Amino acid sequence: MKHVFLASLLAGALALPAYAADYTIMAPAAPGGGWDQTARSLQTALQEEGISGNVQVINVPGAGGTIGLAQFASQQKGNPNALIVGGYVMVGAILTNNAPVTLKEVTPIARLTGEYEAIVVPASSDIENIGQLVDKLKADPGSVSWGGGSAGGTDHIAVGLLAKAAGVDPTKINYIAYSGGGEALAAILGSQVTAGISSYGEFESQVKAGTLRLLALSSEERVEGIDAPTLKESGYDVVLQNWRMVAAAPGLSDEQKAAVLADVDKLAKSNTWQETLKTKGWADTYLAGPAFEEQLAKDIAATETVLKDIGLVK
Amino acid sequence: MSTFEFLLQGLASAAEPMNLLYALIGVTLGTAVGVLPGIGPALTVALLLPVTYRLDPTGSLIMFAGIYYGGMYGGSTTSILLNTPGESASIVTALEGNKMARNGRGGPALATAAIGSFVAGLIATLLLAFIAPYIVKLALVFGPREYFALMVLAFVTVSSAFGDSTLRGLTSLFIGLAFSVVGIDQLTGQNRLSFGVPDLLDGIEVTTMAVAMFAIGETLYIAAQGNRGPETVEAVKGSVWMNAADWARSWKAWLRGTVIGFPIGAMPAGGAEIGTFLSYAAEKRLTKHPEEFGNGAIEGVAGPEAANNASAAGTLVPLLTLGLPTTATAAIMLAGFQQYGLQPGPLLFATNPQLVWGLIASLLIANLMLLVLNLPLIGLWVKLLTIPKPWLYAGILVFATLGTIGANPSVFELGMLLTFGLLGYVMRVFGYPIAPVVVGLILGPLAEQQLRRALAISQGDVTVLFTSPIAAVLLAVAAIALILPLILRARGRGEVLSQMAASED
Repeated sequence: MKHVFLASLLAGALALPAYAADYTIMAPAAPGGGWDQTARSLQTALQEEGISGNVQVINVPGAGGTIGLAQFASQQKGNPNALIVGGYVMVGAILTNNAPVTLKEVTPIARLTGEYEAIVVPASSDIENIGQLVDKLKADPGSVSWGGGSAGGTDHIAVGLLAKAAGVDPTKINYIAYSGGGEALAAILGSQVTAGISSYGEFESQVKAGTLRLLALSSEERVEGIDAPTLKESGYDVVLQNWRMVAAAPGLSDEQKAAVLADVDKLAKSNTWQETLKTKGWADTYLAGPAFEEQLAKDIAATETVLKDIGLVK
Repeated sequence: MSTFEFLLQGLASAAEPMNLLYALIGVTLGTAVGVLPGIGPALTVALLLPVTYRLDPTGSLIMFAGIYYGGMYGGSTTSILLNTPGESASIVTALEGNKMARNGRGGPALATAAIGSFVAGLIATLLLAFIAPYIVKLALVFGPREYFALMVLAFVTVSSAFGDSTLRGLTSLFIGLAFSVVGIDQLTGQNRLSFGVPDLLDGIEVTTMAVAMFAIGETLYIAAQGNRGPETVEAVKGSVWMNAADWARSWKAWLRGTVIGFPIGAMPAGGAEIGTFLSYAAEKRLTKHPEEFGNGAIEGVAGPEAANNASAAGTLVPLLTLGLPTTATAAIMLAGFQQYGLQPGPLLFATNPQLVWGLIASLLIANLMLLVLNLPLIGLWVKLLTIPKPWLYAGILVFATLGTIGANPSVFELGMLLTFGLLGYVMRVFGYPIAPVVVGLILGPLAEQQLRRALAISQGDVTVLFTSPIAAVLLAVAAIALILPLILRARGRGEVLSQMAASED
């Protein structure tokens, strides 16, 4: 009996690789945040569209995705079935943290979507509009604590830009970094911080339920269906889009890269994915292949300037 | 419809024969995969979630709940029998559970874990059903300073609870703390002690450390004893079932574990393992058999197992009321819910009551099914221990390695497993407790981050740590726990003292 049992245990253990996904997508952030949602939406869409039979998502949180990126680059080298979700946050975090592993060490595939930054306060806060929040910031920059994602990420950059636009020394801002959107959201809901900043999608259900007050969005123009002014129309010249991308492992052959690109292309044009974008309120900013790589290089250069301006990178 | 009617309706549909069958299949699958070492509940659920997709929503929710509870219980089984905890929340279970198994009391250990899980799961699921909206408000009050105070309390109670000597316990704890600072600092993104090794950037994996320290270290220790060690492990001594004394000692521990585990699981940054640590520390203080702790005390299995399960139900509180997945398992559940069109969030209880109550009812049914399946299996499980020692330990070594490689396929990880295994061996030889190392590794980063966040929010004002009522109470309890033994010692109530002094030679 016991031999049968041991044998079945062993067989079970050895059979595990058979369960292994066609694609394994790493979300380099804690569960619940934007990258996690993107990874899980990709998972659903890839499976439903029959592009990949079995897709798994793993979370490796921390430091603006650089922890996940480092692990991905070192462990998945040459693996054509590994994908990582990333985005603008990672660009900033790599620069700010002077991270040893950069986006040059993965194979960028495509930009999938973009979201605007939203500034919120808990419903119980006495701050009613963005003007009052900025006045408080001007009076004493340290007294306004901002809860958001990793240090040096989009959220952090947006606060720096807002401070700069309002004539406040951006190096004086009191930014509290959380490793994922979920944890930051809990801190904002619990009034642990003065204000919260993140992509609109992470706050949407709370805003609709009335537990968070939406003060402003970082879009160029007002977004249909969202009842909030832009920072720009409120007199602070800050426009920022938090885009998200998917990348493959380093060291792929041209054929392998083309195969991943074909799969992602098929996904991006599928009904399931388009439907997901609509329900999640994510803008379709799909850009693939060489065009994306060119745009990425531009974004990295531009971000470096911004970060130096606001004193996050020396 | 009232809460109660919704629940009854959910139970009625979950109790249909076909759905009961799904629950049984789910529990069986979950347990089977969960017993593989290194595979915790999160991975079990992730691996088996696709199985549920083919069923109708009710059926798949029920099977899913079964997989979830089955996976958790499976993890405890390996902790108790093989000393290889699959996840951080069952580390404490291994402490006393494995000692019990070694003494021929594996049956009662597994039984108290199963019944404790059932009792805690039942109470916590009912709490989830009726007071989730209130609990989540309480959980949100917990900010950085409250979390920090909770960590201080955990440090104080835990470091004195593991092992007989405070000095040795603290030494082990600080070894763990030193390992915990390796990797990128979450708050500033700076590298610490990674020495340019990319594998170290994400810090040291808790399960790798735990499996290495417990399973590999133990195996080396046994192997080093050679033929001088105790001849065979006695698989069953006395009854395989719990006796009256076991029941008497277990039931209070189950209830205490539930009370400790549920609120901590509901906190967005609480973490199931902290509940198990606190429960273990509480049981060790309250027990009438302190001499058994460290040698297989049944309370030390009953309490933490109940806390573990209660905290798993607690995790559902922020998930269902806020849409916040606070653990890896919860994140995978979120993906599962979305499959059924369930969007967790603040409006869920209002917009989707049937599905929510269906899920809660499914959890209750799965919980019951787990008991039905596992109690008869205990006799079979303990037979595992009758395998001759060389075979058993060789098997443990193989499974520990497989589990680590499976969870984190890297040569460096394997190297760490072996190195920490050696460390675990050396510490055993010199009589240092193992568990505080793992505790330090888990609690260290949490305490550090929360302290720094609290001080950043207050702009460097240290008094903020004591001015919140919750934080103040937690710190006061920690201070009492720290100072009281010192006072007792100073007054010359010397038995404990002399015992400690003796063990420090």
